[in-house]
Amino acid sequence: MFKPIHLVPSGTRINFMRPHKIAFIISVIMVLGSFALVFTKGLNFGIDFAGGVIMEVKSSTPVADLAGMRSQLDNLELGEISLQEFGAPDIVLIRIPQQDGGETGTQAAVAKVKDTLGSDWQYRRTESVGPKVGDELKSSAVWASIFAMLGIMAYIWFRYEWQFGVNAVMALFHDCVTTVGFFALTGLEFNLTTVAAVLTIAGYSVNDTVVIYDRIRYDLRRYKTLPLAQLINQALNETLARTTVTSGLTLLSVVALAVWGGEAMRGFSIAMIWGILIGTYSTICVASPMLLYMNLRNIGSDKGKPAEATVQKA
Amino acid sequence: MLQFSKFKITLILAVLLLGLYTALPNVFSAGHIANLPSWLPARTVSLGLDLQGGSHLLYEVDTAALVKGKLEVVEDATRLALRKLGYTDLSVKGDRVTFKLRDISALEAARTALKDVAVGMQLDIADDGNVSIYFSDAELAALKKAAVEQSIEIISKRIDATGTKEPTIIRQGEDRIVVQVPGVGDPQRLKNLIGETAKMEFKMVDEVAESTGTAPPTSVQLPVVDKDGAPGQKLWIRKPVMVSGENLTDAQQGFEGGMPVVQFKFDGIGARKFGDATKANVGKRFAIVLDDKIISAPVIRDAILGGSGIISGNFTTESARDLAILLRAGALPAPLTVLEERTVGADLGADSIEAGKRACLIAIAFIAVAMVVLYGLFGVFANVAMVLNGVLMLGFLSAIGATLTFPGIAGMVLTLGMAVDANVLILERVREEMRNGRSPVNAMEAGYREAQATIFDANVTHGISTMFLFAFGSGPIKGFAITLLIGIVSSVFTAVVVTRLMTSIWLRQARPKALPL
Repeated sequence: MFKPIHLVPSGTRINFMRPHKIAFIISVIMVLGSFALVFTKGLNFGIDFAGGVIMEVKSSTPVADLAGMRSQLDNLELGEISLQEFGAPDIVLIRIPQQDGGETGTQAAVAKVKDTLGSDWQYRRTESVGPKVGDELKSSAVWASIFAMLGIMAYIWFRYEWQFGVNAVMALFHDCVTTVGFFALTGLEFNLTTVAAVLTIAGYSVNDTVVIYDRIRYDLRRYKTLPLAQLINQALNETLARTTVTSGLTLLSVVALAVWGGEAMRGFSIAMIWGILIGTYSTICVASPMLLYMNLRNIGSDKGKPAEATVQKA
Repeated sequence: MLQFSKFKITLILAVLLLGLYTALPNVFSAGHIANLPSWLPARTVSLGLDLQGGSHLLYEVDTAALVKGKLEVVEDATRLALRKLGYTDLSVKGDRVTFKLRDISALEAARTALKDVAVGMQLDIADDGNVSIYFSDAELAALKKAAVEQSIEIISKRIDATGTKEPTIIRQGEDRIVVQVPGVGDPQRLKNLIGETAKMEFKMVDEVAESTGTAPPTSVQLPVVDKDGAPGQKLWIRKPVMVSGENLTDAQQGFEGGMPVVQFKFDGIGARKFGDATKANVGKRFAIVLDDKIISAPVIRDAILGGSGIISGNFTTESARDLAILLRAGALPAPLTVLEERTVGADLGADSIEAGKRACLIAIAFIAVAMVVLYGLFGVFANVAMVLNGVLMLGFLSAIGATLTFPGIAGMVLTLGMAVDANVLILERVREEMRNGRSPVNAMEAGYREAQATIFDANVTHGISTMFLFAFGSGPIKGFAITLLIGIVSSVFTAVVVTRLMTSIWLRQARPKALPL
């Protein structure tokens, strides 16, 4: 058989630690920027959270008459109806905002639109969410995210020393916040599937971080005298091949999903692509260098002995 | 590390075969499955409504309206029962009916008079003559529970009558009902059928009020429904009910003079009441009232004694058929509100499956090629494990009867990428051990040993976030979480255990001097 390719040549020594302060600054800017964007520009909430109606309809003609449809629907006075070509020229996605009159108003809007459009259109999908369920979905999404973070923190705390737990969760927080910020920036629809993507990114990001932390801990026990910065850098280089290959492969499968998975999957896949990139970045450039400031030497050394006492030629 | 006992090998093969066995039916179409030998399982992965098409509807039983209705009935009954006693301020206040007795000495008389009114309720008579009738918390809970259960029963009857197969109708929380109906052609009709309270009443038209324009408090003005359901004419209707829909035993759609009508039959009591009422009112109009809307108001030509009749209104064949269904199933105890609707047409579902399959196959192809390029023979092993992982996931999903949703397919695609991660971890570690000068067998053993803890940690943390997604997610997202969870477990098995078995067999057969890695 042929000789397999080594994506990262053995003996690669990239100094990841040197630019870590710049990376910190970039990350802080990204996190703060995400918050600022979410609070000023806001998220483009889908009906799962904002309530309202989505209808995906297919025209009987090869190209949907968007202008005609708009003039028909604007007469209904249902607020700001948005029309969008969805994946194919004959398919239109109609978005109707939350109606006054709660649940009944929402249902009435659906019936009105169907009456107006008539039978020229094929109704591929109708989703309506009333204000009550919208609020519930919102709160359950928030709880899911909080519990997931706490759960991951608790596990890492249990398996590693607290410094790792805190750092991993900070990195996780960084990834999730910037993903949400990415949605605010691009105006991509933020819905239940997006939350699923964010939590999947959370899982993926920690997965990535844990692999490197494992290595750092392993090296801490092996090289007791190596300066911490050098040790972390070495661990990063040792796991670099794995990091690139796994991120690359996961990225490949998500790209497949984004390109060939259909219109409904696009938001999710784009979120995942961003999440994988940011997760890999944060693991290498944020989560690992941050350990530098965490007084790790006490952990790797024998119990009770001060760090300085173990400094000797290995 | 690379030694496998016979027992272990048998166990691994057994798990794989079991996965293959349970996954097998998914390869065949529904028609073929019926013809398969009986020793094969017939269970396939059940597709979510977003993939097979159908309606998911979340209803809320309006229990507040139910209680209010009950209290109004009690108020009317109280007025009737207290005819001979003096009282003031009889009204429904909040969750109770209250009034004040004028004469405090009549407390006992009031108690006796109200005994039959306040059945299943609390009756408080204070010494100062203040009386209140209300439901205790337990009674209220029982009332709501009964209303939800009765609603579920009636909804089932209505949906069954349309010939729809396999609807799921379950209670959720205290006062909610989830209705899931696969493959609905006309979701609007389904919603109309479920949502209609369908309280049917036969009442007399108040001809005096109609001609004079002034009506007594015992009459109300109700709208007449015309063909388009648009508001049209109104008629004064006398409040007392001649016969109600509860006394119907049958209703069918039929034709009368070429027009679609609903034919109905009363039970014994209903037939007698209807007969008496029509006999006494020949020449006058009566109204057939459905949910406070008048369907038709025919003139009584003769006493109708046979206990059956015809409702002719502005019906189409379909609307007459639907009304017959509603009447047969009976009235809902309380109005229903749609809180959430998700309806997907069968076309879109089929498109989604196609898109999902395509994305899955392309992702597999990408990863398979990359793995072979990066890890050669061991990449092939990892690819075999990846495919086996897919089979196991499919088999497990089929066996536990889990539902595959569109996001669930995304979960599968994601699992593919993450499943090979374990192999990447192991193989990179093996390369490192080789660089440290270990022999092939040694390097392999060390690679598997050292990577194991990491693989475990990485997958547990991943599993934790997925579990919370499962716990808090709804519908399709739950489907995503369940496939991801199953994928995490099965991928650790295939990527760690199965590849190790393949590697150990290869090492023993080939006895390589150096690893092709």
